[in-house]
Amino acid sequence: MKRVYLDAIAAAPLAPGVLEAMRPFLETDFGNPQSLHSDGQAAAEAIALARERVAALIGADPAEIIFTSSGTESNNLAIKGLAQAQRARGNHIIVSAIEHASVLNAVKTLEKAGFTAAFVPVDRSGRVDPAEVGRIIRKETILVSVMAANSEVGTIEPIAEIAREVRLKAPGAVIHTDAVAAAGHVPLNVRSLGVDALSLAGNAFYGPKGSAALFVKKGTKIVPQIEGGIQESGRRGGTENVAGIVGMGEAARLAAETMPERVARMSALRNRLIQELPRRVDRVYLTGSAERRLPYHASFCVEFIEGEAMLLSLDFKGIAASSFSACTSKSLKVSHVLLAMGLDHTLAQGSLIFSLIDSTTSEDIDAVLEAFPPIVERLRDMSPLYTQFKKEHGR
Amino acid sequence: MIYSDKVMDHFQNPRNVGTLPDADGVGQVGNPVCGDMMTFYVKVKDDRLTDVKFQTFGCGAAIAVSSMVSEMAVGKTVEEAMAITNEKVAEELGGLPKNKMHCSNLGADALHAALENFKAKAAGETAGPTVVADHAHGHEAEGAPEKCPYCEGPVEDAAGMCSCKKCDLDLVECGHCHLYTNKAETHCTHCGALLES
Repeated sequence: MKRVYLDAIAAAPLAPGVLEAMRPFLETDFGNPQSLHSDGQAAAEAIALARERVAALIGADPAEIIFTSSGTESNNLAIKGLAQAQRARGNHIIVSAIEHASVLNAVKTLEKAGFTAAFVPVDRSGRVDPAEVGRIIRKETILVSVMAANSEVGTIEPIAEIAREVRLKAPGAVIHTDAVAAAGHVPLNVRSLGVDALSLAGNAFYGPKGSAALFVKKGTKIVPQIEGGIQESGRRGGTENVAGIVGMGEAARLAAETMPERVARMSALRNRLIQELPRRVDRVYLTGSAERRLPYHASFCVEFIEGEAMLLSLDFKGIAASSFSACTSKSLKVSHVLLAMGLDHTLAQGSLIFSLIDSTTSEDIDAVLEAFPPIVERLRDMSPLYTQFKKEHGR
Repeated sequence: MIYSDKVMDHFQNPRNVGTLPDADGVGQVGNPVCGDMMTFYVKVKDDRLTDVKFQTFGCGAAIAVSSMVSEMAVGKTVEEAMAITNEKVAEELGGLPKNKMHCSNLGADALHAALENFKAKAAGETAGPTVVADHAHGHEAEGAPEKCPYCEGPVEDAAGMCSCKKCDLDLVECGHCHLYTNKAETHCTHCGALLES
């Protein structure tokens, strides 16, 4: 059975050519970029080229790129490192209610160290209102972090508008955006966004796992979180993951090159899911914004049934998707994103996300549209909530 | 796969799904907030369970557990059925993942609730109400747990502030089910009751 893989937000394969670009740095050109000899310098040159390519993807200067090991590390470095560097100026931090755990938990740690945090809410579509940021900002606000796009509901946030609001009300505050879900998939330019820091991860745009970066604008102070040698200009210690960095660089080059075509193609496939699924199955709701949305992302809540049961059933049909219901999380907590958007617990349990990869075809979408209705029907027939609903509506 | 073959079999081909309009007892346990909700219907003749049906809202484990309970209960006497425990059900299924043991493994409680309902009716309380089992069944307030309910990590209890060292969660006792739950939540992740802030 041909597998239909629609879980890009969890993992994606390498883009063609990325592994080939990486291979020499695992085998023949294995030198340490900090070494003075030719073997080391070959690796250093490869990193310099990758740095240029990653910078080009987001309109930054190469010197503004710090390579890290994951989006999580980039977010930790940004939140803790930027806040600590600004500590003398104030202790107030603003983040959105729907940030990734790597931002929210880093903020929690800062709170224990004397910082205070405010959480800006989102509307029903998962969008942060820039005016709301303006309302809760204070003169002692030192850091504002709102994600560029949310991987659970696909909504793209108005970062440029938020940044303008921050500059107006608290000109000294540093602005960070977690762009892990967005980078490589939608055009991003750090200058027009007006941000001081931006997290991105290679594995989120067809590069290797273990490759990520943090953009930090020239002149912005940051306190290193991994202390060691002088790698990454002293901002992140540890021997460079040369092959990973090279792979991320190649993936960034390809992502920039293929973006217009890919966005158009994937948006069309995604739109078929968004339009057709609710047509074929009663009481299925799109989560997140219909307009300002990641091109590869279609997310829903299916009423009366639970996400994990849907995932297992889809897996039997050869389809990989994801869910943020309580039962699918190790902590047994329902998605904080869906609750922040005002969905009730029961509906949030029916969370289901299809996230497309580059090789997703029209036939793959057909397979989902065909497999999904009977799965929902079977699980609803078992559901006491659906029986109750039918009774109340005389069906 | 996170589940045993037996769990997957019961999830894919659940036995005894449905309702019994003329049930002698109906019981319900759980609620959608914590992710799982089970309703059991029983028919009893000459002290034996002649028919058992269930409906379940929940994950794969919850559905498999319900199915297994129904299979274990049919043909048993009321007393024998009351002796079925959640632990025995999990054992029959070839085990369940640790984090599913509490939340999803409630089938026996739901069956017992249906049997209590049957007993109440039989005792003359005609058309007795559906018994809703207390999700906290078996859990009394015992102070802070030794292990984190989420990751089984060690729990530190200092001056009434209870937290897990491993997953760094602050834990608070739910006033309804008395289990310790994530303090950051608005509702108890075990029983769904609103947490008092």
